[in-house]
Amino acid sequence: MLSTDTDILSAAQSWRRDGRAVALATVIETWGSAPRPVGSHLVVDGDGNFLGSVSGGCVEGAVITEAIEVIEAGAPRVLEFGVADETAWRAGLSCGGRIRVFVERLD
Amino acid sequence: MRSDILAALNDERAARRAAILVTDIADGAQRLVREAEIAADPLAAVLAKHLASGKSGLVEADGRTLFLTVQVPPVRLVVVGAVHISQAMAPMATGLDLALTVIDPRTAFATQERFPGVALVAEWPDAAFGTTVPVLDRYCALAALTHDPKIDDPALKAALAAECFYVGALGSRKTHASRVARLTEAGFSPAQIGRIHAPIGLPIGAVSPAEIALSVLAEIVACLRRVPRPEVA
Repeated sequence: MLSTDTDILSAAQSWRRDGRAVALATVIETWGSAPRPVGSHLVVDGDGNFLGSVSGGCVEGAVITEAIEVIEAGAPRVLEFGVADETAWRAGLSCGGRIRVFVERLD
Repeated sequence: MRSDILAALNDERAARRAAILVTDIADGAQRLVREAEIAADPLAAVLAKHLASGKSGLVEADGRTLFLTVQVPPVRLVVVGAVHISQAMAPMATGLDLALTVIDPRTAFATQERFPGVALVAEWPDAAFGTTVPVLDRYCALAALTHDPKIDDPALKAALAAECFYVGALGSRKTHASRVARLTEAGFSPAQIGRIHAPIGLPIGAVSPAEIALSVLAEIVACLRRVPRPEVA
């Protein structure tokens, strides 16, 4: 990890202060061998720049896409990701775990 | 999340104070509960439990699903005395995520050779706190291990004044009785002095320095994770 979760909350504050549109994603629940613990954060700006991690890379792309939508729409969302299978056209976790991620806009 | 709530959360962290962010995941409604506010909160019991464990997580309350973002300052362990027990303690403390500092004004003891990779301060404890060692606070544990009142006593006084969550002192019951007399003389109350764990460590029949180190660390973990957190007089 390049950044601790606390660094990420500081980054979220300074990005917002700089006038950037910001969303914060937080792992709120995990089952099985989830790569990042509950409470892990990912901060995303309106251009898709991000810092932190909610899954060690497996589903970050999907979370960033949803985060940009949350920035535009305003309402928070709860996302759920599970193991990738042949029918999974969306992002999955190769480790076999499942995670739930709360995404909110920083107002 | 409101920017002011995030700023307040970050401020609490910078000040090394615990706080819990309560988020209703259905609508995103949030409030920040600072450590000092937990006892009066409607969710006091569950918040205290999460604070003690240091773990974030989901809880159900009044038919709502809430996420608790638990923010607890990193725990620091200050050991006074660069002695055998401290040498054995260093790798164990790392494994327990305790940020260790060893203080000993005796330069023959406090050598990097004896404590490779450990934050080591060859100064008197009262001179070190607030200068070469960060000021003690409630998220610090202090273990005084030198057997020498000239070195241990100033550290114990600083730890009691700072309300460290754990204060332990090596020495027999007899040694401790004279320590109690000195601290009483110095103006510390029986309640304050009663917070000192002495004889130090859980009673596991420890013999070797490593076993004593283990018993002290186990006692520190017990104090850290106890629910509710011990109140200070």
